[in-house]
Amino acid sequence: MTVNGLLQIAIFLTVVGLLAKPLGNYIALVYDAKISGLSRLERLIYRICGVHAEEEMSWRTYASAVIVFSVAGFAVVFLLQLFQGFLPLNPQGFKGVSFDSSFNTAVSFVTNTNWQGYGGEATMSYLTQMMGLCVQNFLSAATGMAIMVALIRGFTRRNSKTIGNFWLDITHTILYILLPLSILLAIALVSQGVIQNFNAYRSVPLMQPLTYNDSSITQQVLPGGPAASQVAIKQLGTNGGGFFNTNSAHPYENPTPLSNFLELLAIILIPASLCYTFGSMVGDKRQGRTLLAAMLIIFIPLLMFCYYSEMQDIGSAGNMEGKEARFGVVNSALWATATAATSNGSVDSMHDSFTPLGGLVPLLLIQLGEVVFGGVGSGIYGILAFAIVTVFVSGLMIGRTPEYLGKKIEAFEMQMATLVILIPCSVVLVGTAIAVATDSGTAGVANPGAHGFSEILYAFSSTANNNGSAFGGLSVNTPFYNTILGVSMLIGRFGVIIPILMMAGALADKKHVPVSSGTLPTHGLLFILFLTSMIIIVGGLTFFPALTLGPIAEHLKSIK
Amino acid sequence: MRKTKQNLFRWPLIRIAIIESFTKLNPRYQIRNPVMFVVEVGSTLTTALLVYSFFVPIGESTSFTLQVCLWLWFTLIFANFAESMAEGRGKAQAETLRSSRKDIQAKKLTTSSRDSKITYIASSKLKVGDYVLVEAGDTIPSDGEVIEGIASVNESAVTGESAPVIRESGGDRSAVTGGTMVISDWLVIVITANPGETFMDKMISMVEGAKRQKTPNEIALNTLLSGLTLVFLLATVTIVPFSIFSAKVSAQGTPVTITIVTALLVCLIPTTIGGLLSAIGIAGMDRMIQANVIAMSGKAVEAAGDVDVLLLDKTGTITFGNRQATEFIPALGMDVKTLADAAQISSLADETPEGRSIVVLAKETYGIRERDIRAIGAKFVPFSANTRMSGVDFQDGRQIRKGAADAVDEYVQKQGGTFPNGIKKAVESIAREGGTPLVVAEGKRVLGAIRLKDVVKGGIKERFAQLRRMGIKTVMITGDNQLTAAAVAADAGVDDFLAQATPEAKLKLIRQYQAGGKLVAMTGDGTNDAPALAQADVAVAMNTGTQAAKEAGNMVDLDSNPTKLIEIVEIGKQLLMTRGTLTTFSVANDIAKYFAILPAAFLSIYPELSVLNIMHLSTPQNAILSAVIFNALIIIALIPLALKGIKYRPLGADILLRNNLLIYGLGGLITPFIGIKLIDTLIGEFLL
Repeated sequence: MTVNGLLQIAIFLTVVGLLAKPLGNYIALVYDAKISGLSRLERLIYRICGVHAEEEMSWRTYASAVIVFSVAGFAVVFLLQLFQGFLPLNPQGFKGVSFDSSFNTAVSFVTNTNWQGYGGEATMSYLTQMMGLCVQNFLSAATGMAIMVALIRGFTRRNSKTIGNFWLDITHTILYILLPLSILLAIALVSQGVIQNFNAYRSVPLMQPLTYNDSSITQQVLPGGPAASQVAIKQLGTNGGGFFNTNSAHPYENPTPLSNFLELLAIILIPASLCYTFGSMVGDKRQGRTLLAAMLIIFIPLLMFCYYSEMQDIGSAGNMEGKEARFGVVNSALWATATAATSNGSVDSMHDSFTPLGGLVPLLLIQLGEVVFGGVGSGIYGILAFAIVTVFVSGLMIGRTPEYLGKKIEAFEMQMATLVILIPCSVVLVGTAIAVATDSGTAGVANPGAHGFSEILYAFSSTANNNGSAFGGLSVNTPFYNTILGVSMLIGRFGVIIPILMMAGALADKKHVPVSSGTLPTHGLLFILFLTSMIIIVGGLTFFPALTLGPIAEHLKSIK
Repeated sequence: MRKTKQNLFRWPLIRIAIIESFTKLNPRYQIRNPVMFVVEVGSTLTTALLVYSFFVPIGESTSFTLQVCLWLWFTLIFANFAESMAEGRGKAQAETLRSSRKDIQAKKLTTSSRDSKITYIASSKLKVGDYVLVEAGDTIPSDGEVIEGIASVNESAVTGESAPVIRESGGDRSAVTGGTMVISDWLVIVITANPGETFMDKMISMVEGAKRQKTPNEIALNTLLSGLTLVFLLATVTIVPFSIFSAKVSAQGTPVTITIVTALLVCLIPTTIGGLLSAIGIAGMDRMIQANVIAMSGKAVEAAGDVDVLLLDKTGTITFGNRQATEFIPALGMDVKTLADAAQISSLADETPEGRSIVVLAKETYGIRERDIRAIGAKFVPFSANTRMSGVDFQDGRQIRKGAADAVDEYVQKQGGTFPNGIKKAVESIAREGGTPLVVAEGKRVLGAIRLKDVVKGGIKERFAQLRRMGIKTVMITGDNQLTAAAVAADAGVDDFLAQATPEAKLKLIRQYQAGGKLVAMTGDGTNDAPALAQADVAVAMNTGTQAAKEAGNMVDLDSNPTKLIEIVEIGKQLLMTRGTLTTFSVANDIAKYFAILPAAFLSIYPELSVLNIMHLSTPQNAILSAVIFNALIIIALIPLALKGIKYRPLGADILLRNNLLIYGLGGLITPFIGIKLIDTLIGEFLL
């Protein structure tokens, strides 16, 4: 580790820290319906869509709206891919995408996972990228944030049967949060050289022709496309699906160290801000800071460990395999940790080429359930499930029926919180077991030994937790993986959303319990430490055997 | 049934518990507890494997499978043993109670009159509304209400208190309990409970735990434990395909066997808390019974731990029943000793508690000894409603009188004296401060005033401070006026008070607190308390109270001690805490078990993993066996803790959590490392 590297990490974290609070408070204002400067536009949207935005919804209605909205989103992305050959804005004349790959990709973008079994510039027309994937980047991010707000209302409302209006929540999220930030970021990225055009691909002669096995390569194809607009939202909305196959390692997506810094910032900005939003909305800012502190306590040591592990390789520059020379080890480790922590899933280096322990960090962060920052919205509702379990156990330890934010935590909330934690874990374990036990599963493994196992484990961890990054090295564009990973993304997303909304409904219906000196404070160091231990112990205990057979075995073999 | 402080671990109880540990292996019984059911399935599976291994090699030595199999069954048996031990004491008490409930011949009357015709009928045939005559020496056949007569009744069968109590018609002492005995006189009672629903029946079923339902927190905890069990089930079962794949790609070693996977599974799932959970619940109820409180449901016990507001009656709970003298205030120019002396003399023959307290105060503060009133030649003039004064007349004609200010004023004026202004002011100020003023006069001279006031019980203020730290608010209920109530409330250190309390005001107060999200506990005995008792979340009825009060409450205090409420809250909290701490302990144990079993299980596939064997356990088989043995033995080791409950200290929530996390969280992390290493060493010593 170098001083320069540590300084870059420090600067990054400082900038995040400076921006998160004002943005978080702004977002809270949006959800408390105090920002509606574009209200005429808003009303127009509601009129066109025919929704009654002022009607309050019960959790059932809210959940139905989420499902209907997601199914419709899925249908659009799915059909656009199948029929892109007949549609405009396709200068390369790409044919329709295969049935199973279309299914996988549509599910992937609707669930905010952005797992990519395809290579963008070799598969998707500009229309599919723009109207399908880019639009869904906004919608799936907004869905996650809406569900978070619904859960927060569960805590703040008293004896209420309703938890808000889904249409209003997503419209506010997109109009006042995601769109303005995306426009700003896209313009900044274009200034750095990220492309934004509808040009056909161009062939240019190589500066340095390549000769390999008697055949020589003299030409190179330069792709085009509306990249900047899509890159901005894929970073901001914890989507992570790259315009190009190599994601943000591609020079057209992420050309300079400054663009890298901005994209890195965009990965973590909203998830970190939402901690403040939460604190502000529940009327106790300490509660938000508690969640942020718990996240940082896990994030910073793992980041340092990843950076340290990547520096342990040959030479003073550290392990440069699979990394871009313009970013170097520290920015790659920082990105890998951030993208895994936030369920973003974009990459600026290849995780497959990390050292075993360096690669363990993103894998572990994903397996902890995407609650260390986590996806936009989903990170907060995920960590709240852990907070509820923590409150329950600590409540018992002090001899009192537990309360969180003034709501009694009883059997129903425990059932839902347990489901939220259990479902992604189960999908990862069962999916990996199926893959390693079947021929179609093992057929895609290119690397021998423990590393091959890590690749499969990573694929299921990434999809079930809606991260979307890939370890790489595993051939996943097969009917088997497209289907099973698609199903894994669906369960990982909606298997969590439904119990969260049920819990929101149950909490909203409860009365408020006033704080007394017998109430366990859910802020402060003790609670933060207990919460982080709970996250680490649940995740750690679940995946310890699998991690032992993957990265840990690989690491121990490599040091022999 | 009480006060015989029973030893938890007596041989007869243990003997029964051992037998039951085996009968409870019935899977239909085990399925109620998902964690232990998984253990039973695992044990059965390894037994089947063991039998199978006699014929076909299963990749594991038979002796190893046998040992794992045995210890898995032991895990189950130990958990059953804990539950049976917890039930044992209750069952023994139920036996005692049953013996006092034997069927007797009741004297049934045709009408409510004592003189009506008597028919003899078995007590088990009595129905609600029947009239029964009980005479001296008779056992009361069933629960009832006295409608005629007055008698002394020995209720020791229920309360354990051998001093007889008076039962009479009307008022708050009219309820009688079946199974108690009339020692003098006679009663006509109307039966208020059908056979099988009497207080004694309810007590027996509560004590036996027959009606024990899972409490809300227990259900929530069960959800968490089932969730953990499911996660660990998946984490261990998937090890089989994972290790098959790993063995193939690393081209060495053998996949993990079913025996080892089962052993790992049983070690990881929260068997410690799962096995002790029902024992903890039963023991909590049992501790209530030890405190001589009969809780009508486990839910009530648990709610007691959550109480936010305690409504306490002033008289008897916060103060002694009577007012006591606390100060002598002499009139201008009078010596305080003269006043004290006169006050004492006038009270020597006064047997009321107030009178006694004046004598005591004079003795304690001014060293004036008690004298024999006849020896000093004086005659006692008792209190009369007419004069509203009492006092003494000396043979030499001197007269000392003490009484209410206006009565003494009248008395001195009649003698030609005047009532001094200073004393008038003192009297007003005593009244303002919530006390009762008495004035003492000798002839036409007013000597001074005595302050009588409610004296708060010793230590009660500290108790309330403790409760406040626990987050519990205390509210004093009294029929006194606002002034007096405020003064006593300040003395006792309660958080709030309700003066001039009527049953309606009490009910309204409870509803107010509940609407604010608080849980309210109260005690009561009178029929007029019944509505409030029914409304309160935790309602403790005094056993001396009326039938209506007992029916409205969800607990009955056999000692009829109003301060018991505080003890009840502590038992409720202790119950929750024991569950919480053992859950934490159980989960924290898993880390060490992983480090014992995983390197051993995967050693043949990746020999490099021996680095993870940080305890340096001797062989892979011993490592796995040690973890399984530790897992079984820790249940036995924690039985006393589960039955006695963890110690409760009234501290703030955060300090309590910190302490318990350090002891049971950190302790749970470290203990198994030591325990497993120790067992491994012992196995190595004895088997090699």
